[in-house]
Amino acid sequence: MNIIYLLLAISVIVALVFFAAFIISVKNGQYDDVYTPSVRMLFEDELVDQEKETHQQSTVNKVKSN
Amino acid sequence: MNCYHCGEECQEEHLYYKDKNFCCNGCKTVFEILETNDLSYYYELEQAPGISPKTNKNRFAFLDDAEIAAKFLEFQDGDLSIVSFLIPSMHCSSCIWILENLKKLEPGIKSSQVDFPRKTIRLSFRNQSVSLREVVILLTRLGYEPNISLDDFEKKKEKVDRQLIYRLGVAGFAFGNIMFLSFPEYFELREFWLEQFKPVFRWLMFFFSLPVVFYAASDYFSSAYKGLRSKMLNIDIPIALGIIVLFVRSSTDILLNLGSGFFDSLSGLVFFLLLGKFFQQKTYRFLSFERDYKSYFPIAVTRLRSENGCFEEEQVQVYQIRKGDRIVIRNAELIPMDGLLLSEEALIDYSFVTGEAEPVSRKKGDHLFAGGRQQGGLIEIEATKEVKQSYLTQLWSHESFTKKTEKSFKTLTDQISRRFTLSVISIAILSGIFWLFYDSAQALNVITAVLIIACPCAIALAAPFTLGNLLRIFGKNRLYLKNASIIEKMAGIDTIIFDKTGTITATGKKQISYEGITLSEEELELLSSSLRASNHPLSRSLYALLKRHHIKVLEDFEEIPGKGILSRQGNNHMKIGSTSLLGQPSSTENFQKTQVHISNNEEYKGYFTFQNLYREGTAALFQQLSKNYEVILLSGDNQGEERRLKEMLPKNVQMHFNQKPGEKLEFVKRLQQQGKKVMMVGDGLNDAGALAASDVGIAISEDINVFSPACDGIMDARSYQQLGRFLKISQGGISIIQWSFLLSLAYNLVGLGFAISGNLMPVVAAILMPLSSISVVVFTTFLSNLISRKIKSV
Repeated sequence: MNIIYLLLAISVIVALVFFAAFIISVKNGQYDDVYTPSVRMLFEDELVDQEKETHQQSTVNKVKSN
Repeated sequence: MNCYHCGEECQEEHLYYKDKNFCCNGCKTVFEILETNDLSYYYELEQAPGISPKTNKNRFAFLDDAEIAAKFLEFQDGDLSIVSFLIPSMHCSSCIWILENLKKLEPGIKSSQVDFPRKTIRLSFRNQSVSLREVVILLTRLGYEPNISLDDFEKKKEKVDRQLIYRLGVAGFAFGNIMFLSFPEYFELREFWLEQFKPVFRWLMFFFSLPVVFYAASDYFSSAYKGLRSKMLNIDIPIALGIIVLFVRSSTDILLNLGSGFFDSLSGLVFFLLLGKFFQQKTYRFLSFERDYKSYFPIAVTRLRSENGCFEEEQVQVYQIRKGDRIVIRNAELIPMDGLLLSEEALIDYSFVTGEAEPVSRKKGDHLFAGGRQQGGLIEIEATKEVKQSYLTQLWSHESFTKKTEKSFKTLTDQISRRFTLSVISIAILSGIFWLFYDSAQALNVITAVLIIACPCAIALAAPFTLGNLLRIFGKNRLYLKNASIIEKMAGIDTIIFDKTGTITATGKKQISYEGITLSEEELELLSSSLRASNHPLSRSLYALLKRHHIKVLEDFEEIPGKGILSRQGNNHMKIGSTSLLGQPSSTENFQKTQVHISNNEEYKGYFTFQNLYREGTAALFQQLSKNYEVILLSGDNQGEERRLKEMLPKNVQMHFNQKPGEKLEFVKRLQQQGKKVMMVGDGLNDAGALAASDVGIAISEDINVFSPACDGIMDARSYQQLGRFLKISQGGISIIQWSFLLSLAYNLVGLGFAISGNLMPVVAAILMPLSSISVVVFTTFLSNLISRKIKSV
């Protein structure tokens, strides 16, 4: 049953890793603004689309000029 | 018809462009900019998301000064600069989108990131291709004018305080782990191998509790120590005592192998307490409650430097202005220091300082005071004092204005904690003495048990959760309070003082009525044509009323400052203005009202009377408030409106007119000396002293981001009628706290029963302590939501 020492050690280490991740994320300011990213996330697709469009257009233009 | 860009109703002139309506050129320009740059997705995110921009490029000329610009930049290295701005007009997801896509409009901008809750934007740009001033102008043209004031200029970069989150994280982490580790203890499984590993579990719990006690809970120890030193029995003393006793007792328990201790209760207690603190700390970070004159003053002004007889304009920081300098003030700019008027005439709006709504005209050689706003053309001033010695600045640095007298306000929690602490300690000692004689082995056990169970966790939680929740609800209803203790103060108010101009009257709106001989169509045409040429505020508002008339080019037009207008069209000679211009006798009664008299060909026609337009629901609000409170009206204006106010408001409302800023302050102080609890509702700089001195100072504002002097709360003008209801809810909040005190007292009594009789098992403590905390939290949150329903239902 001494395996429980190992299990305990692992579980404590895992817990500490999560805790460290939490501290680092707070330090990096991830908890400073919890609203804007949720909105920003919704824009991303649109932006990519537009870039694609302009990209496509420019390729179309290239084809035309060729 | 509403504007496609900003959604405002299109008034005087309206523009039609690409099948869309625009209320002004600014809105149309923004639409054009966005359209030509493929950014019209902006309008798909929200309907009418824009803000109509008021562009005035000259205002930002000072940003070209490298020294001034450097103070705003967060970072500068070679080509790259980073700057942060507060953008008050940011309000919806479209704003976030456009502000984060600025690089499409201006290739010099590398990236921009928005923090919506704080309403700030962080921009990085290449200073070779775009200057700071150009960035600011771009933002302003789009309708997102950054807030740039003297106050920001001086402020040092504030550090973000994340202490509480860290503490909360530590306590929560330890709490979860300790709960897990104590599972075998809860169920008392007499299983062989679990018994065998019990010491391991216990020691792990001990190590997890160390950061909780020494880091997460350290605030409570220091607060308790401060309380003891100043001989105040605050609520943190029994809490700190409870934590220490819990820790010491639990540690000795596992050291001597007596039991598992109460580490789970200990970490849970700290976690819940910190959670309550976190909840109460909720503030509106984008609002500033501590503003003084600096927030409204320009950073730089245009100085005229004489060089070989020629004058040259230069931008200088206001603090560099010395006595004798010549300054240029443009339309709608604020005069930053006292001075002599060098131009022929000026029209100064002192509403900022005195509360008097009408602008006053000044002639060459007159003395001008800081804080006035020039209306109309450009004027020149010779500074007679430096900014720091000006009347307004001195008024502000006057002791009574600056000293926010933090009267030793005792919160409800403070009041009961004194008695509570005393009784807990005496119960512990008495039961200890009893057990000493009855069963001396148990005595120490019982004393610690009493101290543990009596730890007023639930009591300490009642106030933060109730008030924090109410703070949130008030915020939703557009009353933004500085902190939660304001709600307690609001509940104790018995006298309410209102300022008149800008507070109970709507800013900039006037009711105009005409009395006299009806004007012919021809006369009306001439009248509106003459008014159109004048820049006087009264002319502007009268013109807006008459605008439907045909405009003709005048053959003769003369404006006499302070008197009125002389104009001619064909055979008609019209005089518009004061009675003295028209050669009419003026009665004293009419003198106190704002009037514009008209005569045509020396024949007196009649006059327009300008009356303040009171905010909707004012009469009803005063009716409601005067039933329970002493209501006083304190105005900087003259008695002109007294009769109208007396008709409108209930009889027991006291009215005082011609009150200067200092007098308002004295008035509040006098009432407080009589033992009254005073709430002041005001708006401008002229109320600032009274707002600061009163127990609760609420600033009313049409646009909460723009104007609010130092105060305890900022109220959006749209929520003005709800003031009575806010007061009722705050009183309700106090009774909720009292009820939950009773609830937690009941828990404590049950727990004490166990503790005194010497039966406090770890499992009882583990159940009772979190249960009392959680049920108090649920109870207060539920009830405070319930009472605030009232606010929505009406």
